[in-house]
Amino acid sequence: MADANSAVTEAGEEPTRRDFLYVATGAFAAVGGAFAVWPLVDQMNPDASTRALASTEVDISNVAEGQVVTIMWRGKPIFIRHRTPAEIEESKAVTLDELPDPIARNANIDPAADAEDINRAASDSEKWLVLVGVCTHLGCVPLTNQGDFGGWFCPCHGSHYDVAGRIRRGPAPENLPVPPLEFLSDTRIRIG
Amino acid sequence: MAHESTYQPSNGFAKWMDDRLPLMRVAHDTAINFPTPKNLNYWYTFGGILTFCLAVQIVTGIILAMHYTAHVDLAFASVEKIMRDVNYGWLLRYVHSNGASMFFLAVYLHMFRGLYYGSYKAPREVLWILGVIIYLLMTATAFLGYLLPWGQMSLWGANVITALFGAIPLVGEPLQTWLVGGFAIDNATLNRFFSLHYLFPFMIAGVVFLHIWALHVPGNNNPTGVEVKDKQDTVPFHPYYTMKDAFALTIFAILFAYFVFYDPNVLGHAVNYVEANPLVTPSHIVPEWYLLPFYAILRAITFDIGPISAKLGGVIAMFAAIAILFFLPWLDTSKVKSARYRPLYKQFFWIFVGVCLVLGWLGGQPAEGGYVLAAQIFTAAYFAFFLIVMPVLGLIETPKPVPTSISDAVLAENGRSHSDGSSGGGGAPAGATAAPDRNA
Repeated sequence: MADANSAVTEAGEEPTRRDFLYVATGAFAAVGGAFAVWPLVDQMNPDASTRALASTEVDISNVAEGQVVTIMWRGKPIFIRHRTPAEIEESKAVTLDELPDPIARNANIDPAADAEDINRAASDSEKWLVLVGVCTHLGCVPLTNQGDFGGWFCPCHGSHYDVAGRIRRGPAPENLPVPPLEFLSDTRIRIG
Repeated sequence: MAHESTYQPSNGFAKWMDDRLPLMRVAHDTAINFPTPKNLNYWYTFGGILTFCLAVQIVTGIILAMHYTAHVDLAFASVEKIMRDVNYGWLLRYVHSNGASMFFLAVYLHMFRGLYYGSYKAPREVLWILGVIIYLLMTATAFLGYLLPWGQMSLWGANVITALFGAIPLVGEPLQTWLVGGFAIDNATLNRFFSLHYLFPFMIAGVVFLHIWALHVPGNNNPTGVEVKDKQDTVPFHPYYTMKDAFALTIFAILFAYFVFYDPNVLGHAVNYVEANPLVTPSHIVPEWYLLPFYAILRAITFDIGPISAKLGGVIAMFAAIAILFFLPWLDTSKVKSARYRPLYKQFFWIFVGVCLVLGWLGGQPAEGGYVLAAQIFTAAYFAFFLIVMPVLGLIETPKPVPTSISDAVLAENGRSHSDGSSGGGGAPAGATAAPDRNA
């Protein structure tokens, strides 16, 4: 290629200015190509209108003791459970070694915290339990007040959750997660 | 193509065209005068039937897209409108939805045919691999299309499958969000699934072209597994196999028509006529029948394997169940192709067919109690067929004598003696290691 050129390359000689230009041009084209492809990839991610619905506020004044309501947050169901004292006692009596997943999965506290009842309930009031109602196995919505542990039961592949939303039996690997949560007043919470 | 062209342009224009773009020559050499083994049985008609299925799905699909609306608020109603208002809409939709089932029925018979007669072995490895790619694209297309009616099973089936990607370590969750375009399956998901469902069949058509090309380089395998040696072993594709294929296609079309006209919903799920509701999961989520064996494998892994969680393990097992097919040509160590001459393999083949059918049945059962244990046993059996039976049999099995040529086998079968006196499966050629020469 370089025979008509003054910078004739022979075996073992230093790379020439032309070699440098080839490599630099190739690298530039590769980086440019990657930049050009990124919009084609990123358009698949959630759009602005989806991201704008990232948080939601709920009035919980009409949720009676023992009742569970389901609301939507980010297109997913959220369970809000107003627990009875008996349910709280039952949940507190569970020891960590009975739990397949011993981690709290609570977005409001230390990610390494253990899954004791106190780390699962809302930090301002232990009677409130707020959970993302999506089975951690393959994303079905568990059925409330069913299953062998009185909490939730996922009909798809048979995962049983207890009254604190902790996985007790079945294929689900993790406890139902507690979403970011804030009490705006005694009767109003914000999720997200 | 691997054989010499016999095309003769019949007029001035054909000659002029042949010198510029030899389309007619390629068509003639591929579909008219292609030398084909003369002993192909009806299990070899599914290639033609599958081409028909692909054409039916593309034609009905393009028409359905003219009447369908890909929006979460309108999709379900637009499908009902197709069923009730659009002229012959019911017919087109039932042909399309049952057509998917017929497509998979044909492809499974086609694949088992290849497995029985050793059609994946040298020199047809690339042909087989292209076939597995087509099968993968088919499952992807069927899965994408199943979301479009926006029924309960559409939504929750898609939910389970996209959640599989969430099981991948580190990148799982962002990947899942990226795939569905949101925090849950919604309008963005429906639109992209529609777009891709329209694209994939044309990708399948492209790979089918390569598949047929790769078939025509070595030529067809045949029930003896012995390669074609001379002209005596073959007949021209037309009219011998065009007619045979046409007859088989007619029988297949009768079965197809039975489902479309007499039982159009028997292969579906009633709950998919309930509009999708992200707050209510159907009590029993099952995929369409043709994916049930893989669903059973997915659910069979209920235990952690070292650092791999049960969830990820199930996903890996399910994809491995298909991916293992890519390695089949090298897992099978036997030099004899056809199960006709492999007494042990023949038995294991039918056991394997049984294992697949039982896995399919288990995939439709609830994931609890004895069903889980059974699914685990049959999943192990599925993989054992490929990883243990295939490699070991080739080493320990004593095959029956293999005929010296296709012609010999055909004559022997018809009870006529042949010049070298090897009729009736007698002693003459063969022997345990009588690997048929591949090129004559």
